[in-house]
Amino acid sequence: MTSNFPTLVVEDLRTYFYTKAGVVKAVDGISFTVDRGEILGLVGESGSGKTVTGFSIMGLVDPPGRVAGGRILFKGDDIAGLPDDAMRTLRGNRIAMIFQDPMMTLNPVLRIDTQMIEAIKAHNAVSNDEARRRARDILGRVGIPSPDERLKAYPHQFSGGMRQRVSIAIALLNDPDLIVADEPTTALDVTIQGQILYEVQKLCRESRTAMIWITHDLSVIAGLADRISVMYAGRIVESGQVDEVLDRPLHPYTRGLIGSVPSENRRGVPLAQIPGMTPSLLNLPPGCAFRARCPRADNACLTPPEMTLAAPGREVRCFHPHLA
Amino acid sequence: MTVFITRRLLQSCLVIFVMSLIVFFGVNVIGNPIDILINPEADQAEIERAIKALGLDRPIHEQYLVFIQRAFEGDLGRSFVFGEPALKLIMQRMPATLELALCAMLISIVLGIPLGMWAGLKPESAAGKSIMGFSILGFSLPSFWVGIMLIMIFAVMLGVLPSTGRGQTVGLFGLQVSFLTWDGLAHLLLPAVNLALFKLSLVIRLARAGTREVVLQDYVKFARAKGLSPSRIVLVHVMKNIMIPVVTILGLELGSVIAFSVVTETIFAWPGMGKLIIDSINLLDRPVIVAYLLMTVFMFITINLVVDILYSILDPRVRLQDIKG
Repeated sequence: MTSNFPTLVVEDLRTYFYTKAGVVKAVDGISFTVDRGEILGLVGESGSGKTVTGFSIMGLVDPPGRVAGGRILFKGDDIAGLPDDAMRTLRGNRIAMIFQDPMMTLNPVLRIDTQMIEAIKAHNAVSNDEARRRARDILGRVGIPSPDERLKAYPHQFSGGMRQRVSIAIALLNDPDLIVADEPTTALDVTIQGQILYEVQKLCRESRTAMIWITHDLSVIAGLADRISVMYAGRIVESGQVDEVLDRPLHPYTRGLIGSVPSENRRGVPLAQIPGMTPSLLNLPPGCAFRARCPRADNACLTPPEMTLAAPGREVRCFHPHLA
Repeated sequence: MTVFITRRLLQSCLVIFVMSLIVFFGVNVIGNPIDILINPEADQAEIERAIKALGLDRPIHEQYLVFIQRAFEGDLGRSFVFGEPALKLIMQRMPATLELALCAMLISIVLGIPLGMWAGLKPESAAGKSIMGFSILGFSLPSFWVGIMLIMIFAVMLGVLPSTGRGQTVGLFGLQVSFLTWDGLAHLLLPAVNLALFKLSLVIRLARAGTREVVLQDYVKFARAKGLSPSRIVLVHVMKNIMIPVVTILGLELGSVIAFSVVTETIFAWPGMGKLIIDSINLLDRPVIVAYLLMTVFMFITINLVVDILYSILDPRVRLQDIKG
C-alpha cells in the first residue's frame, strides 16, 4: 500500500487549554511534515508545547485541553477531529507513541506479555499464540536477551533501559507508519541512551517508519534526526535540515540553545545562558514571544513575526535572523 | 513463598499464645460470676460447692494451665450458664454470623467497587457527586439508627420484608444457611444491608481515591496510546491497581464485621455470635468470653494471612520481596 501523501502533515495546529485562569495556547499554529523513513526532531524547552503537540497527533489531549484548530493529515486524511472510536483504531496501530519515563509507562501489576499481547489483539484478529510469537520476536529485535523468559516478567524486574526497550517494542508491535517519541532517552543514563538511539534509528530506517523525536537535548538530535523544528512558546521559530540548523542557526533562540550545550571546544569558558525564563503561556506579550529575552529585539518585534523562507528548506520566524 | 508462610504461621502461634494470656487473666480479674449465677439465698456450703465445680477455687495460674492444656485438646472450657462447651456454643452461632458478614461483604464489594470507580472516573458528574454524598451518609449515620429506619420502612410501613430472625434455613455441608430459601433471603436482606452500609461507603471511597490516582498515571495514558478499548483500560489496567488497598482494608474489615456485628444482630434479633457475646458479658460467662475472644484473634490472624497471600497475587512486587526474605 503506497500513497502519494506524506505520512504526516500538520497544518496550523492549535491546541488550547481552557482553564479557569484563561486560555492557555500550548500549541499555537504549528506546521510541519514528516515522511516515510524520516526523523523529525522537535526541539524546545520545557513548556514550549512539544509534548502537547505529540499528544495532539495521538488524539490524547485531556480536558480542559483540546485541538482548537488546524489540520493533522495522516496519509492524506484529517484526523484532528476524529471521534475517539475511530482514533483508537489508529492509536498503537498506525501511529504509536513512546513516552518519556520508562519507569512509569508500563503497568506495574501486569506482566510484559499481557501488556504486549493486548496491544496486538486490540488491532488484529490473531490467536494468543500468534500474538505471543510476534511479541517475542519484537522484544528480540529491540535487544532484550532471552525474550521468551522476559515475556513472563513484570516491569519491576527490568532496569530503566530495558523497560524503555520494552516500551519501544510495544510501539513497534503493529508496525506503525508513524512513531511519536516523547523524550524517550531523557530518563536514561548516557550509555544506555546511546544504544537506544542507535537501535531506534536503525529500526526506523529498516522499516521506513516516519518518526517525530521530541526532545530538549540538542546533542541527541544532532546524530539522529534528518530535520529539526525548534519550538518556542507554542510556535515553531525555526526549521530546516539538522546540520544546517545546528551549524548556522538563524533564530536568536536557536543560537541561545546551541550556545548553552557544553562543548569540548569551549573548555574553561562559562556556558552561555539564555537570560530570563520561558514566558507564561497564559498571557503572552504581544509581538514576538522571545522578545524579552532576545539580544536583537527592537521595536519591530512588537508585532508578531511570520514564518519566512530564509533559504531553500530553511524557515525562520524572526525579523532579525542571524543571516551570514 | 513457603518460607514466608512458615514464618507467618510461627508468628501467628506466638500472637495467639500472648492473646490467650491477656484474655484469660483480663477476664478473670473482673467481677465474680458466682454472684450472678447462684441463687442469692444459697448457703455457704452451696456457694463453696459451686466455686469448686467451676474450678474457681484454684490459683489463677493453675486455672490458666488447665485451660491451656484443655485448649490443646480442643476444649476451651464450659459455659457457666449453659453448661455446654463454650466452643460448641460459638460454633452453633457462627454460621449465622458468617452468613450475615459474608453477605454484607459481598454487597459492599459488588456495589462498592463499581460505584467507587465510577465516581473516580467521573468526579465532576452528577452521578459521581451523588455517590460520594451517599458514602458520606453511609459513614456518618449510626448503624443502629439505620437499622431501626430499615425496619420502620420495609417491615412496618411497606410490610415487604420481615424484621427479625433468620427465617427458613436449610442444611448445607452440615451448616444451617438462610440464603438458599426465599424466606431466608428475605430475612437476610435487611440486616445484611444494614451491616454493609459502612463497609460499602468505605469501599466506595477507597475505590474512588485509587481510581483518581491511577487514571493520572502514565501507564494509563500509555494504555490509551496503545489503542486499547476504554473497558479494557478500566477493568484491567485501573482495577487491578486499585484492588491492592481495597483488599487490605476489606480483609481487616471482614474480621471486624464477623466479630463485632453485635449491633446489627441485636436490632434484627439475628441469632449469631454477636448476640451470644453480649449475653455472655452480661452474665459474666467467662469461658464463653475467653473462647469468643480467642476465636476472634484466630480469625483475624487467618484473614491477615489470606490477605498477605492475596497481595502477592495482586502485586508482583510484593512477591519478589517475599522470596528474598
